[in-house]
Amino acid sequence: MKLSGAQIFFECLKAEGVDTIFGFPGGAVIDLYDEMGKHEIRHILVRHEQGAIHMADGYARATGRVGVCLVTSGPGATNTVTGVATACMDSIPVVIFTGQVPTHLIGNDAFQEVDIIGITRPCTKHNYLVKDVADLARIIREAFYLASSGRPGPVLVDLPKDVVSSKTEFKYPRKVVLRGYKPTYEAHMGQIKRAYDEIASAKRPVIYAGGGVIHSNAAKELHQFGETMRCPVTTTLMGLGGFPAPHELWLGMLGMHGTFRANMAVAHSDLLIAIGARFDDRVTGKIAEFAPEAKIIHVDIDPTSISKNVLVDIPIVGDCKDALKKLLHLAEEHPTKNLETARKPWLDQIEKWRQTYPLAYEQGPDVIRPQFVVEKIYEFSKSKAIITTEVGQNQMWTAQYYHFAEPRTLLTSGGLGTMGYGFPAAIGAQAAFPDRLVIDIAGDGSIQMCIQELIVAVENNFPVKIAILNNQYLGMVRQWQQHFYDRRYSQTCLSAAPDFVKLAEAYGAVGLRAMKPSEVEPVIREAFATPRPVIMDFVVNPEECVYPMVPAGAPMTEMLLV
Amino acid sequence: MSTSNQKNEDLRHTLGVLVENQPGVLSRVAGLFSGRGFNIESLTVAETIDPEISRITLVTSGNEQIMEQIIKQLRKLVNVIKVIDFREVEFVDREMALIKVKAEATTRAEALRIVDIFRGKVVDVSPTSYTIEVTGDGKKIEAITELLQHLGIIEIVRTGKAAIARSKKT
Ligand SMILES: Cc1ncc(C[n+]2csc(CCOP(=O)(O)OP(=O)(O)O)c2C)c(N)n1
Ligand SMILES: [Mg+2]
Repeated sequence: MKLSGAQIFFECLKAEGVDTIFGFPGGAVIDLYDEMGKHEIRHILVRHEQGAIHMADGYARATGRVGVCLVTSGPGATNTVTGVATACMDSIPVVIFTGQVPTHLIGNDAFQEVDIIGITRPCTKHNYLVKDVADLARIIREAFYLASSGRPGPVLVDLPKDVVSSKTEFKYPRKVVLRGYKPTYEAHMGQIKRAYDEIASAKRPVIYAGGGVIHSNAAKELHQFGETMRCPVTTTLMGLGGFPAPHELWLGMLGMHGTFRANMAVAHSDLLIAIGARFDDRVTGKIAEFAPEAKIIHVDIDPTSISKNVLVDIPIVGDCKDALKKLLHLAEEHPTKNLETARKPWLDQIEKWRQTYPLAYEQGPDVIRPQFVVEKIYEFSKSKAIITTEVGQNQMWTAQYYHFAEPRTLLTSGGLGTMGYGFPAAIGAQAAFPDRLVIDIAGDGSIQMCIQELIVAVENNFPVKIAILNNQYLGMVRQWQQHFYDRRYSQTCLSAAPDFVKLAEAYGAVGLRAMKPSEVEPVIREAFATPRPVIMDFVVNPEECVYPMVPAGAPMTEMLLV
Repeated sequence: MSTSNQKNEDLRHTLGVLVENQPGVLSRVAGLFSGRGFNIESLTVAETIDPEISRITLVTSGNEQIMEQIIKQLRKLVNVIKVIDFREVEFVDREMALIKVKAEATTRAEALRIVDIFRGKVVDVSPTSYTIEVTGDGKKIEAITELLQHLGIIEIVRTGKAAIARSKKT
């Protein structure tokens, strides 16, 4: 029997196990929307396509499965680009379906035509223009496979209107054959052995883990390996949750706003074990002075990440989980003796660093400190919540003061740093886990970038919580202006702002406000007890800064501490 | 050639890239170079005997680390099937040039002599000019161009490089 492109589309989504898509209709995808009603799939109607792609991304990060979004041609497609780039930088598996003008009009500057393939080529893992309905099923299959295998990433599929409406024989291709794509999962045993010997004999080892540990579901193995080798662990922003924060071996996050002890430990280590991380400039600072005394082991599934920024002594291409399992196996077979005593001086030194400059603030009686809000949110939600963030100070305070213990409980735009990401991502996570507590820790600036999606939370009874750390500034930019531009606060003041409580109410959500420190706890309690979307407006100290802070391009030991 | 050019020469490398013969693939390859600030010095593309596969020969430059990154990034492209690093193998390479040169009664003989020495061919003739085809490595083409210069070069069109590994001799 012959099926239309639209029918094939939904058959393929079913075969891929897709239960939810986030989308917004338009002329070029009207046939798909017409067909949708005949299938069981859930469609979440967003209010801006940027919302759709961030929701699909949040869904993917929270579940580990592929997130899916569907938008129309032209402006619908271009509206997703920020979100596609966001997913690409953080290696998130999403498949984006965009409508396209009919094939015979492509290249004609037709109404709502845009070369979305050309536009997204540099910010997708791969993309496809489907020119013939006969290729549709194969391409969708490949798209899901590419998005979720190897180093994950976004894959965009452009669907001309006539392809969707024409018919062909449907056969779901079981096997994917891609001649030029064969990710390496298996870590090379010889390299693993070399790495193990180094780790066993190192005096001052540090594990530096990144988002790869989350993507490969290797948190358990990382935890075990850290403990077995008595190796202190730091992670990047993307790796938070990959190692339980309240742990004697936990160093906190490293990098520009990392903890004193994490940056000092890396700077003094004799062996740095990078696992699923990519030596980003926010982590290394001045590259020539990054971990100057250390040999470097680097495990990554993407060979291009290895020796890109920092020359590596022992490269290991492969899946983090596979590599950690093999290392654990070696540790079992050839246990290292006297590790406890061997590591003691190093761990003692780290403890000294911890005591010298712990993360700290003082909550007085009058003005709310944003760090206090994050700590209180942690206190009332720990181990059960999924946290998303926006970008800026709110994101860094969350990274510092929310002590993530489980993978996939922090969803944040790390690589691209996309303001507006956190709230739609929270909706995506809530769509996947209706019973979990999902909280977007937001800034007053960022939240306004995708606030229109609030109606989506209300409409779908997604009880997402938004906690605005309202400093009435584009705080992180203001902080740079304070330190490096003589306090010239050019265009960073947001004192003209909506009343967020009334805004919540206008959307049919709940709005709560805390002006004083004593109001913080009651507001959080009430919000968490309310089974509806809630905006919490925490009016915080306007000129609070995130510390420690390493100026861009400086060595990581040159931290500003207050 | 200046010494700094000479240095660049040292860092110049030839890569063979087998790709799926599909629209957009060349722009993925080119985009990879432009997007990451790598340089393409020359580029040749054509179908192979398998019509589903095209072969790109490209010349690029960079130090060891940059070359490693370029090769890895190329391999990462889904449509790239194979990258041949000609730094690792003995290879033969050729370029072709079409050179339109002034050929008046007094200079025709000399033009032909030069063509002969370089085993070129005259592929088009007019009362005042010759168009010469010459094939060889980059140095040979530069050499003939230099010799023809004083006759008056009207136009010159050069291809990129095509490269192939040498067969094992033993
Ligand atoms: C889309 C986008 N535009 C601009 C920026 C640059 N930027 C980084 S942080 C920041 C300030 C964010 O302000 P707010 O959301 O209030 O967070 P705060 O730093 O005050 O916590 C800006 C403008 C960005 N990251 N993303
Ligand atoms: Mg702010």
